[in-house]
Amino acid sequence: MTVRRIGSGGLFWLGLFAATWALSAYSFQIYKALDARWVIRFPKGWQLPLERRISDFLDWLVDSASFYFFSFKDLTRAIAAVIEAPYQFLRNLLIEGFVSGQGDSAVQIAPSLSWIAVIVTIAAIAHYARDIWLATLVGLCFLYLAVFGQWDSAMITLASVLIAVPIGAAGGLMLGIAAFRVPLVERILRPVLDLMQTVPVFAYLVPILILFGFGPVAALVATVIYAMPPMVRITIVSLRAVPPEIAEAGRMAGCTRRQMMWKVLVPAATPSLMVGVNQVIMLTLNMVIIASMIGAGGLGFDVLSSLRRLDIGGGIEAGLAIVVMAIALDRASQAFADRTMRHAPGGNILQRHPWTGTVVLVIAATLILGRFLPAVQSYPEALTVTTGPVWSQAMEWINVNFFDTFEAIKTFILQWLLLPVKKFFAGIPWAWGIIATGLAAWRVGGWRLGLLAALLMGFIAANGLWAKAMVTIYLCGVSVFLATLIGIPLGIWAAERPGAGRVILGIMDTLQTLPSFVYLIPVVMLFRVGDFSAMVAVILYALAPAVRYAAHGLRAVPPELIEAGLVSGCTRRQLLWRIKLPLATPHLLLGLNQTIMLALSMLVITALVGTRDLGQEVYIALTKANAGQGIVAGLAVAFIAITADRILSALAEGQRRRLGLT
Amino acid sequence: MKRLSMAMCGLIAAAPALAQESSDPIKLTLHDWSGQLITTTLMGEVLEEAGYNVEYVQADYIAQFAGLKTGDLHVAMEIWETTGREAMDEATGTGNVVNLGSTGMNAIEEWWYPAYMKEVCPGLPDWQALNDCAQEFATPETAPLGRYLGGPVTWGGFDDERVEALEMDFEVVHAGTDAALFAELESAYQRQAPIVMWVYAPHWAPSKYDGEFVEFPPYSAECYEDPSVGINPDAAYDCGKPRGPIWKVAWSGVAEKWPGAAKAIENFTITNEDMGAMVAEVDLEGKSVEDTVAAWMADNKDTWMGWIAK
Repeated sequence: MTVRRIGSGGLFWLGLFAATWALSAYSFQIYKALDARWVIRFPKGWQLPLERRISDFLDWLVDSASFYFFSFKDLTRAIAAVIEAPYQFLRNLLIEGFVSGQGDSAVQIAPSLSWIAVIVTIAAIAHYARDIWLATLVGLCFLYLAVFGQWDSAMITLASVLIAVPIGAAGGLMLGIAAFRVPLVERILRPVLDLMQTVPVFAYLVPILILFGFGPVAALVATVIYAMPPMVRITIVSLRAVPPEIAEAGRMAGCTRRQMMWKVLVPAATPSLMVGVNQVIMLTLNMVIIASMIGAGGLGFDVLSSLRRLDIGGGIEAGLAIVVMAIALDRASQAFADRTMRHAPGGNILQRHPWTGTVVLVIAATLILGRFLPAVQSYPEALTVTTGPVWSQAMEWINVNFFDTFEAIKTFILQWLLLPVKKFFAGIPWAWGIIATGLAAWRVGGWRLGLLAALLMGFIAANGLWAKAMVTIYLCGVSVFLATLIGIPLGIWAAERPGAGRVILGIMDTLQTLPSFVYLIPVVMLFRVGDFSAMVAVILYALAPAVRYAAHGLRAVPPELIEAGLVSGCTRRQLLWRIKLPLATPHLLLGLNQTIMLALSMLVITALVGTRDLGQEVYIALTKANAGQGIVAGLAVAFIAITADRILSALAEGQRRRLGLT
Repeated sequence: MKRLSMAMCGLIAAAPALAQESSDPIKLTLHDWSGQLITTTLMGEVLEEAGYNVEYVQADYIAQFAGLKTGDLHVAMEIWETTGREAMDEATGTGNVVNLGSTGMNAIEEWWYPAYMKEVCPGLPDWQALNDCAQEFATPETAPLGRYLGGPVTWGGFDDERVEALEMDFEVVHAGTDAALFAELESAYQRQAPIVMWVYAPHWAPSKYDGEFVEFPPYSAECYEDPSVGINPDAAYDCGKPRGPIWKVAWSGVAEKWPGAAKAIENFTITNEDMGAMVAEVDLEGKSVEDTVAAWMADNKDTWMGWIAK
């Protein structure tokens, strides 16, 4: 029975693993026996001079590249100026007030919107999107920002979100439409999008700073690059998904190409497009910490600076403020996604637009009152609440009382999981690593995929990054393994018990929007600097997709099949193991895929607590302002991600075909 | 009233210079540690007293050089010899960034231990006494060696080489960032657990936590370059770390656009003691940076007036 089960597929994987293991364990002996050092180290002489080439190219781009009338840098600076103007306007409007003149001679022309006016406006928008309940929720979220003393920073963050999101959404829509119309564009765009999503932001921060100038605009550009890809992908998918009858109707009505796109296809796809906008918002908020490192200020800066002072409470408060803002913006944008058309009420202007009227009234009233009552203009400092000390004390209590317990767990995992896996990966000779990846990919997805995987791995080795890439894969692999181990049962639980599900998914959302820096420092306090702390942080961040996709996959199992199972007398347990889980496999694999992507993106952050992987290479490049080194290491991370993504997608595809789901 | 008169003095002092100087704001960079915020705010306040427009920009310590080179940013008040040398040399090498001299503060960085370790290891701060009780600092990962928590690899410091050269029974573990480094110290201090790690001054940590720097054989340039010098005849780095100034740097265009301001920035000096006291006021007593700076300026009027005088 078992012999038949293994079959040829099993033999292939077993053989591949055995060969890799043997080569990894004895690579050092082989090197000694053959006296061939190239077995364990990629020869320096063969290394590509890519790093320097890229740096030189960027120098040229900045210093001497020019079109006839203006240089490349003039162009990027002009773009920066175009972005800066509305951004500055929003900052003035939301927090700084309008002034003329500079420095001491500045005269205030008009104050910024008062906190009351901002809250009422945002609640009115939420009411327009759905109903009074949403308006209350969003209003309370913003009130939280004021009460907890985060208002000023939050408004600066809001200003950058309000600029980055429209640019990201509109840009993504345009690119998506172009790709939808012209197949060639899509073919070119695809790898570019993959790179945009997987190259760590730190890697291209230096060139962006040089080209766009120092300050919030460079941060906005980096944010847009990071947040745009999902919008492009969703645009392509949702335009394709417009039912052919609707397109047909448009054609019969004699629409031109342009009308067809803007009057028929885009409106029909709007609900799905809004999901893309929602993604752009969330990713933009994800970026606030990194953006604050290059001059964006706001909540991200508060998180960074309080953690540098080890003011853990302060860091958590500012981090939670980001979460609260994310919740408000997320719910509001989702409401826009499924907003239905309503009949306009009759009556005069005020009756027809009660909210617009209120907003205008409140703005005007607070503008005048704010002159006499400072509390109306800005939330009084005396009334702010802080929970900071509580968090810090809780941390100290846990640290003093439970450190030994944590230490024991840590030592166990280190000895039995982390160190053996590390030894295995670190030992793999680069040449075999390339071949093995190629073989695995070929087996799963055909010779094209095999060749691609081998080439991508070859690129990493050829740039002398093999050892660091192996540490990356080991750390990421172990974290993903544990995240899946914890995440899938949680996902199953969430799917089977809706009550628990709401709580679990809520926690997952918080973990994802809470800046990772916030929990990185407490983790270091409990587990010390090292691979283990990095692993814990990666797991916390990458857990969410494993849980979410598992829950979603189980819920999406067709009810007829469950019915069939029940009729044939399955127990609850059998139902889960024999029917639901096999059918949910494609979803689980997709979740695994996303977990890997998040884990890789997190590795750059964990470099901040001292891992020795590609993330650290990127970080060192940033601190030395070495653009070439950063981009090459960033590409190496991206190539690992792309290889993993392609292999897993091929697996999921195969599984789906076997189950007859397509 | 007092502030006003001070401002008047400043205006009069700087008036002739202002005639041909730009009224564009001078952009000073702010980083994320209090000492630097104080230094920068102090410089900014003084420049404002002299009649210049000043703008503060938040920027990353190393990434700011990209902005200084292009003139997007103008002045960075604290570049540490010990951590920023490489980036600074690269930037000044392009000719677009100039070094405006020392701030007068001296950076110290060295191995450091909390005071309670003295009971465990009698004979501290001598490095040999530290070495004799290395096993007290051991953790499961490093045993039987002691664990020394070093700074991020980007900081340099030659600790791995030092351990080798002095034949110490320690293993060097590198933290990824400043924050991670002091998170471990906070954690160990709360539990009164053994720790020996990289600490630097001026910083809030030496004033918040009671402790001392380890005393190594004193640093000399020869000790770093010549293996034969020092205790170990076959290895370099068999001594302590150098102590170096904290530099002020600026975009090269500052001297043309605001010659008077460039002079004032060059003249700026402050002692480690003054700075240490101000950092402690901000980080430990919770005073705001602005209040602390204003108090210092009120007490040391002659000093800063000297910087902006002709």
